[in-house]
Amino acid sequence: MKPFTNRSKAVTKTAMTFMERIYLPAILGGMFITFKHIFKKKATVRWPDEERPRSEVYRGKHVLKRDDKGAERCTACGLCAVACPAEAITMVSAERNKGEENLYREEKYASVYEINMLRCIFCGLCEEACPKEAIFLTQELMPSFYDRQDFIYGKDKLVESMDNRIDVSKRQESNVVTHKYNDN
Amino acid sequence: MPKVTIDGHSIEVAEGTTILNAARQIGGDCVPPAMCYYSKLDVSGGKCRTCLVEVTKGSEKDPRPMPKLVASCSTPIMDGMEVGNKTSAKVLDARKGVVEFLLINHPLDCPVCDQAGECDLQNLAYEHGASGTRYEEDRRTFDKIDIGANIQLHMTRCILCYRCVNTADQLTEKRVHGVLNRGDASEIGTYIESSIDNEFSGNVIDVCPVGALTDRTARFKSRVWFLNPMNAHRNCDKCSGETVAWMFGDEIYRITGRKDQYGEVKEFICNTCRFDTKDLAKWTIEGPRHIERDSVIGQGHYELTPSDSTKELKK
Repeated sequence: MKPFTNRSKAVTKTAMTFMERIYLPAILGGMFITFKHIFKKKATVRWPDEERPRSEVYRGKHVLKRDDKGAERCTACGLCAVACPAEAITMVSAERNKGEENLYREEKYASVYEINMLRCIFCGLCEEACPKEAIFLTQELMPSFYDRQDFIYGKDKLVESMDNRIDVSKRQESNVVTHKYNDN
Repeated sequence: MPKVTIDGHSIEVAEGTTILNAARQIGGDCVPPAMCYYSKLDVSGGKCRTCLVEVTKGSEKDPRPMPKLVASCSTPIMDGMEVGNKTSAKVLDARKGVVEFLLINHPLDCPVCDQAGECDLQNLAYEHGASGTRYEEDRRTFDKIDIGANIQLHMTRCILCYRCVNTADQLTEKRVHGVLNRGDASEIGTYIESSIDNEFSGNVIDVCPVGALTDRTARFKSRVWFLNPMNAHRNCDKCSGETVAWMFGDEIYRITGRKDQYGEVKEFICNTCRFDTKDLAKWTIEGPRHIERDSVIGQGHYELTPSDSTKELKK
């Protein structure tokens, strides 16, 4: 058979020479390479003590944004779920009752909104599809768990709290923001 | 029989056929879109102006072109007539303007609206409209009105096509809703919210090209593209019982009439079938409906059963 690369070597069964048989030169050569690396710059980062810088538009864990008055922006239109290539998003919509105007911005809202983080591939298509600027991916990394159940993120984990708002201004270009908000 | 040429396609049709119906007989791209014309109604059309076409040659006897674009749904054909639809730049430009006018007072609340995904106006705007609006004034607003227990009227979304009024006229002698006021202020009035108690009143939901009349029993239940439309039938003493069941798993979320490629129902169905029979056991499911490949409703919709698809593969 024709070799695929020119690096392949034929196996030979010739007897080893004396230098090869005592092994020490080969071991010393190997150790030299090993010790040389101690003084080199390390390729790894000591996470979580140290963090590798991430892009301003890094696609990490999702957030469901609230508007300036604290009402949820999501109207359960389902465009994120239909755009999602991994089919990670599910939602159940409900109608807003009288007196809930400060909780939900639109007359319809998502009573259940779940992202299966095991399915999610963090592609950001949900963010792109959202007509209400409700869902964003954030700088935050997705933690790991022992239970599969813990990866189903519901509204309790996704909706941002008003005390600790998440800045997504870097992810929104100004022309997109003005275009989308003028529609409302 | 008179011969008519639409976008270069010739066809011989019966005397008195409208341009729109002649185009539908040819089919394909030369069919003008229609928002108000509804072939199943005795009276409809002439309101929305989306079906405007250019007549470049009036007839064999009088080959002069018509001076203005004409509404194809209400203009009968003449022998030797030549019509431009998709091929006419004038028509496409006018249609863009018509879409802009239709959208002037439309709230664009598609993310909330139950009709989104199967909305004629959405499709029309997607195909013919501009991406932005030049309208700066406030859009007209109305309160939601419940027409009976099962139908909800969102007057804000209405484009005043009169289809529902014509449907009510055709179904019952004593219709209780019509169009009130004039011009910009006109609205579908229900005479102090008196309910339509006709057994076929639910069909106004099907004929509505936008989300102005929606099914209250399916309100905000799900988006159309998450549901699977299945042909279903049952023995009904009031109508043919042939419907489409919009299913999510084993649950029926919504029942509608069977719509053809132009979004027109084949038969009107009764309110019992539409609103009150959501139990799967009462229906015989025939199989999935055919959905156009580029439709958003086709998401996750499979028209072949596993055994069918293996047969397809073996072919």
